[in-house]
Amino acid sequence: MNKLVVSPSPHDENYTKTSDIMRDVLIALTPALAAATYIFGIRALLLTIVCIAGCIATEYICRRLMKRPNTIGDLSAAVTGMILAFNLPVTLPLPIALLGSFIAIAVVKQLFGGLGQNFANPAITARIVLMVSFPAQMTRWALPFYYNEPSDVMTGPTPLVTRSATYINLLLGKTTGCLGETCAAALMLGGLYLIIRRVISPAAPLSFIGVLAALSAIAGEDPLYQILAGGVMLGAFFMATDYATTPVTTKGKLIFGAGCGIITFVIRNYGSYPEGVSFSILLMNILTPFIEQLTRSRVFGAKEAADR
Amino acid sequence: MKRLRGIKLSHRKNTENCATEDLPLPETVRIPMAMTMGRPCTPLVKTGDYVKVGQKIGDTEEVFAAPVHSGVSGTVRSVSDMRTVSGAVCKMVEIETDGRQEVSEEVKPPVITDKESFIKAVRESGACGLGGAGFPTHMKLSPKENIDTIIINGAECEPYITADYREMIECPDDVIGGIRLLKDMLGIDRAILAIEANKPAAIKNFREMADGDDSIDILKLPSVYPQGAEKVIIYNATGRIVREGELPSAQGVIVINVSTAAFIYRYTRTGMPLVERRLTVDGNAVGEPKNVRAVIGTPLRGILEYCGTDLEHLRKLIGGGPMMGISIPDIDLPVLKTSNALLALDRFDERETSACIRCGRCVRVCPLGLMPCDIDRAYKTRDIKELRKLKVNLCMNCGSCTYICPANRKLAETNQLAKALIPRNK
Repeated sequence: MNKLVVSPSPHDENYTKTSDIMRDVLIALTPALAAATYIFGIRALLLTIVCIAGCIATEYICRRLMKRPNTIGDLSAAVTGMILAFNLPVTLPLPIALLGSFIAIAVVKQLFGGLGQNFANPAITARIVLMVSFPAQMTRWALPFYYNEPSDVMTGPTPLVTRSATYINLLLGKTTGCLGETCAAALMLGGLYLIIRRVISPAAPLSFIGVLAALSAIAGEDPLYQILAGGVMLGAFFMATDYATTPVTTKGKLIFGAGCGIITFVIRNYGSYPEGVSFSILLMNILTPFIEQLTRSRVFGAKEAADR
Repeated sequence: MKRLRGIKLSHRKNTENCATEDLPLPETVRIPMAMTMGRPCTPLVKTGDYVKVGQKIGDTEEVFAAPVHSGVSGTVRSVSDMRTVSGAVCKMVEIETDGRQEVSEEVKPPVITDKESFIKAVRESGACGLGGAGFPTHMKLSPKENIDTIIINGAECEPYITADYREMIECPDDVIGGIRLLKDMLGIDRAILAIEANKPAAIKNFREMADGDDSIDILKLPSVYPQGAEKVIIYNATGRIVREGELPSAQGVIVINVSTAAFIYRYTRTGMPLVERRLTVDGNAVGEPKNVRAVIGTPLRGILEYCGTDLEHLRKLIGGGPMMGISIPDIDLPVLKTSNALLALDRFDERETSACIRCGRCVRVCPLGLMPCDIDRAYKTRDIKELRKLKVNLCMNCGSCTYICPANRKLAETNQLAKALIPRNK
């Protein structure tokens, strides 16, 4: 007989692993990737693959240099790469995309201790760094189906600037913008999948979108246009729900989402940038530890504040 | 009514239709003097003594303890030290059985006239919580506070275990008799027999039996883990919250396991103390999962062999359910008063623990609303102030957090370690 194994209870486990969760996120992002490839051409796919490869390679090298266990198998680097690519214009030169991948994984994630330890969303922070460093390349918005045109890349302003896109084009993504953010319908489909699979809670996306719509309506903007245009859907469903950088409790998630909605509204209407989703999420990421302190779950039967 | 959350586990009640089989008498029994919570007993017999069935072989002056009786007749081989699964050392009486099963003269129905004599009889019976916790039953019956409700816990929320269910199916009269007895002797108006919804036959039967008796409610509870945990079942059955540091009696409630209630009833009829019990034997190394009735002190090896267990490939042995049961290091350890199940597994493929991704699943599943992920962090930095704030002391080690964690972090274990960091007297 073998020696018996002795271990603490429980002796049973749920077989959902971290990599299963990350795989679900990748699956949820796939409709938007398909839409992007259709709208912006094969280069959208290429850019996404480059970002994913860049993130995985950076993660591998970082872990190797730090002599820590290899973690590319948890797929979190792939998720970061895919979301980063979705936040880039399709015309971005590949070296810049690789630099973004490096910033996301090496600087924002691994320098802070790796998965779960980073305080800011890697993809968003990398996007903001690139935006500040390469303002021209990062705002060169290709027109939908530009690849059908024989001449040079045709570019145009985003729908948040023109304010003239139709709802149907915003839903289907036939507008300019970052490659993964334009097709609101595909992103909502992905978000719905994650909610049904209980990978994400609907709290943060709903409060983000709801607050933004409400404030826009009060300010006399078209609320539906405001939530369909720009990066709201991508931000709300895929970045304001990032586990490590947003609060754990439902109350915290609601506050986080509301904060994102307010900041996005303020930047869009009173700031010098036409779009504020990235900044809003990054700023709320920074506030997350404080939100967490204030929104701890109530413990059943606890004597309140007895030990403080 | 609002109910506490829990998790859905796969029930695996493979033995629910297995009628209890009496295990053949073992050649020797090894009866530990510490099987219940509270103080250990002192052996009352010495090597060479002849003991009979039902004879008291261990007791103590302490109130918070339950005496120990022999379930066999035979000769005491030795009185020695043994190490229990919790690591403590206690005395153990080893008896070689003679197969005659001669019943002791001590075994006669107790004379019960009032509450006091009833509680004394319960102590003499050696009764303790048969659901696994092993709290000496008489300790629950004499609280200072006024009790208006007694909850009979038939939840049996852990996977695999059907020992309480078989008690309810095989001895329903003892269960109802026990409920009435406890109610009458303690002067309690209302009894709630709480059963999880995955035992419809028991619920239906008891509803019929208690029909016309307004003082007994048969309550169907959702099958979610940990429904049977004391604080959870009290809240879900009565809406009362047992606060930090309180016993259920502070809220006017007593909770008694269903098999314990039935046992006490039988004891008042026959005078036969707690010397045998039913346990579920299951797990993938067990050839024929069964419910068996075994004399307390029976070596586990005999039970495993009786159920056709593949001892060659046995990797892990669990006393109790898969969620809160204790790993047993040695198959020659004995059946205890608290052994409600024995799970034998031929596999142990634990995956590696990885970093916390702060997904919040542990917070979502904790029935008490604790935040195991934050406790894990605070424990790492030995932040006692923070651990106090996080109320880790309330964790009842139900294991839901570890079970659900995608990174396979040992959160429940960390909670127990964190508890130990906090100085007691504050």
